[in-house]
Amino acid sequence: MKRVALLGMPNTGKSTLFNRLTGAHSKVGNWPGLTVELLSAKLLVGDQMVQLVDLPGIYDMHGFSDDEKVVTTFLETQTTDLLVVLLNTSQLDRQLNFVHQVVQQNIPVLLVMNMVDEAQKLGIHVDAKGLVEQLGVPVCLLSAKYGQGMEQLLPAMRKVLSATSPRPSFTVDANQVEKAFGQCISVPSQASHALTESLDRILLHPWFGLPIFFAVMLLVFQGVFAIGKPLQDATAWVLTEGRTVLLEPLMATWPTVLQGLLLDGLYNGLSTVASFVPLIVLFFVFMGIVEDTGYLSRAAYLMDALMSRFGLDGRSFVMLLMGFGCNVPALMGTRVIRSKGLRYLTMLVIPFSLCSARMQVFVFFIAALFTASQAPWVLLSLYLMSLLMAMLTSVLFKNRYVNNDAFILEMPPYRFPTLRQIVLRGWQEVHHYLHRASRFIVIGVLLVWVLTNFPVGVHAGSIDSWAGQMGQFMAPVLSPLGISAELTIALIFGFVAKEIVIGSLAVIYAQEGQMLVDTITHHLNWIQAYSFMLFVLIYTPCVSTIATIRNETKSLWFTTLSVGWPLCVAWCVSFIFYETAMYFV
Amino acid sequence: MQIIPISIFDGMPKTSQLNTDATALRTLEGLPVGESARILALNVEGDLSKRFSALGLRPGNWVRVLRSANLGGPMHLRIGTTELILRRHEARSVSLAP
Repeated sequence: MKRVALLGMPNTGKSTLFNRLTGAHSKVGNWPGLTVELLSAKLLVGDQMVQLVDLPGIYDMHGFSDDEKVVTTFLETQTTDLLVVLLNTSQLDRQLNFVHQVVQQNIPVLLVMNMVDEAQKLGIHVDAKGLVEQLGVPVCLLSAKYGQGMEQLLPAMRKVLSATSPRPSFTVDANQVEKAFGQCISVPSQASHALTESLDRILLHPWFGLPIFFAVMLLVFQGVFAIGKPLQDATAWVLTEGRTVLLEPLMATWPTVLQGLLLDGLYNGLSTVASFVPLIVLFFVFMGIVEDTGYLSRAAYLMDALMSRFGLDGRSFVMLLMGFGCNVPALMGTRVIRSKGLRYLTMLVIPFSLCSARMQVFVFFIAALFTASQAPWVLLSLYLMSLLMAMLTSVLFKNRYVNNDAFILEMPPYRFPTLRQIVLRGWQEVHHYLHRASRFIVIGVLLVWVLTNFPVGVHAGSIDSWAGQMGQFMAPVLSPLGISAELTIALIFGFVAKEIVIGSLAVIYAQEGQMLVDTITHHLNWIQAYSFMLFVLIYTPCVSTIATIRNETKSLWFTTLSVGWPLCVAWCVSFIFYETAMYFV
Repeated sequence: MQIIPISIFDGMPKTSQLNTDATALRTLEGLPVGESARILALNVEGDLSKRFSALGLRPGNWVRVLRSANLGGPMHLRIGTTELILRRHEARSVSLAP
């Protein structure tokens, strides 16, 4: 099968084009010799199936950053039949050198000038025919976002791929590239995005910029809840009904152990987790919108002065924000940071970001123990706590992991995400999330059921069960935090993935839905619950996070530090909170 | 006694604070908001200068300061149709034509 690689500078719309070409059918895979995973998909070009690979965005073919090494290693070790090179049509002037470097590779090239919609608005005119003649490579003008000009892309790819003779040896030097672009592209002298300029005057205002930013983030979290909570309740109701109406009569004649395993173990656990999917979809959709509009780069600008005092920079802050979705992609996103010190420091603080999996736990406990009017504030306090812990860690470790990287970041114009983009993105994130989490959750909830129901004859989840014994063993350490044996078991499983915490409580108490909420309300007071939430917030997010840190740093010492340090902090914070609160209340 | 703040970076006086005629030492850091100037040279190491020039920061190009953040935060720049943010520390290593 022939292989087509997608290449371009960051922010040229590579993933948008990849999604446009492949729909939602892509997979993440390993490549020999590469330390990172790349996205690839099968694509029908004319009458042949080709493999399309999305390479990391890079600025220079001869650079030494991790991403640049990935690209050069890939091109050296994998036969590539076509390089589709993406350019931002409205910023061609600074991409000439890159184009020159790419056409010098001994691989057929197709130049794709993306974002023609923006270029047209700026009054930029491109003579594609002239470029083809002067450079000797095919050129497509299109907008991957709106689909304009997309119809030329596949035929152009087919033409290059089916060419029987090798590419005519056409050597162009840097001057020729510059001359060709100079002759075929006209840019008006005063080209700027009027809307972006006026929006930036408000959103990047020296005094109002930051308050507006925090208001926007608050709005996002509020929005997720306002829309998500009813959806979640509806899903939970459907799943509970499914059990009583369908599954229980169906399994009535089955052996009790099997019923218990499937209904109390698997079904209760999974359905409790599944009811959170609407919240997670919404969160990713909202964060996706914020990211696609270009507002996150503005956040980096606004926060950089503050972050530099903590030894971090604006990009670290953006990664922390991304971590609110899921820590794993945020950790991988730190690759854009070239300074090892800053990258390690950022990776040390990201696991404090309150990810969507932890949010599930908090939503559940907050709904059980706080009133509806208190709920958003309790959640906000946890978000602030999450940032506070990140900053505290950063201050303490900034002299060990010193930042010596330059801070330079592109500021894209504001863009309106299309509905297609939003839906596709929500779908992909959820798909990856479920893919990542489902195995852990199934194994986790089954394990919890076994541990709470054995040895044979014990009352499920009682002190005599294996889980109960584990909880008792840990009691001297966790009871000063107000964390009971049942919650201790949930914490132990939560080490694997936070998605299991609520699921395991459902198994431990052999209840789901509203019944489980009532039981929790009955067993805990708000101080114990908040102490538990603080512990869940701060200690290790999940095994995937640890694995990612290990993978990205290849350092056992750093991985140990990033597990051990939060564990100590979690214990201290919960201890201080619980003992203080109990003293006053 | 009046103390006159003078900061010295790499042995070079900052033009915004020292009123000398050494205009060749003008750096991007001292370029006021709203003004434009032509880039003369980049005093950064190889790999970083590749990244700078891929984003348009290269000798010969005109750069304009759109705004700069409070509390010593980064500068918001425009070069041609590209907009960037750059920390003042890095802006100091971009020297401008007089």
